[in-house]
Amino acid sequence: MTTRVGIVTFPGSLDDVDASRAVARAGATPVPLWHGDRGLRGVDAVVLPGGFSYGDYLRCGAIARFAPVMADLIPAATDGLPVLGICNGFQILCEAHLLPGALTRNAGRRFVNREVRIRIENGQTSWTAGYQPGHEITVVLKSGEGRYVADQRTLDELEASGRVLARYASGNPNGSARDIAGVTNPAGTVVGLMPHPEHAIDALTGPGTDGLGFFASILSALADA
Amino acid sequence: MAKIVVDVMLKPEIRDPQGEAIAGACHRLGFAEVRAVRQGKRFEVEVADADVADADALAIRMTELSAELLANPVIEEFTIHGA
Repeated sequence: MTTRVGIVTFPGSLDDVDASRAVARAGATPVPLWHGDRGLRGVDAVVLPGGFSYGDYLRCGAIARFAPVMADLIPAATDGLPVLGICNGFQILCEAHLLPGALTRNAGRRFVNREVRIRIENGQTSWTAGYQPGHEITVVLKSGEGRYVADQRTLDELEASGRVLARYASGNPNGSARDIAGVTNPAGTVVGLMPHPEHAIDALTGPGTDGLGFFASILSALADA
Repeated sequence: MAKIVVDVMLKPEIRDPQGEAIAGACHRLGFAEVRAVRQGKRFEVEVADADVADADALAIRMTELSAELLANPVIEEFTIHGA
């Protein structure tokens, strides 16, 4: 039986199609999930894609967090369902308190849209098991509110427990605390990342194929489970 | 009908690039005395009197609403007026 990975579409999601394509390229079956529906259609994992859910009204991810589909997703994620939040998806996971900290307006006041190198710091999560720690990959960052912030104690805890998933390795593009580009929950199942691995799965349409490892990793993690 | 005002500000330790941009514009306009600007949000919440038992209950409900939705306590502080 093939692995089924749900991709949630919110009003204003932009990258749900690319996320579906990345899931399919890795060999899993993408399953569309609609923000306004209850239920997760029996998927084995979920991707919250990038975009501007609900117009980013109030705060990025603040309204999406209360979407009907999230009423099922939040308890499932707490019980171990793997979830990858990319960009707006990362913001939603922070607003939902599934991940610590918050994403705020870029320190440079500009929307940043360029390729960045990030260093994978934790190669043991459900979404990064295919990478060696220290491995650097090239992915696209495209966000106006991508500056990761958390209080010092939380940052120290994240560092000490290996929960910094990835750091910017070619300069800090948005002022994120300690160059953090992504974090994971303690179990390594719920992961948030500001840049976009789903845009880096095909040399024709992206900077390379460095991002495919996120989607290959979840297949391996579920196959081993 | 009661009108409750909730002011939301970024915590002092969180950098506010929007406020910095506004401060820059102040200086370009000749307001050299402006040292810093921080930008916040104001919410005006209308509540039907019939739905509220008393002022204490209203204050509790508005605090819940502010902490859960209007503000993100990780990065923001809120102040409630009129409850």
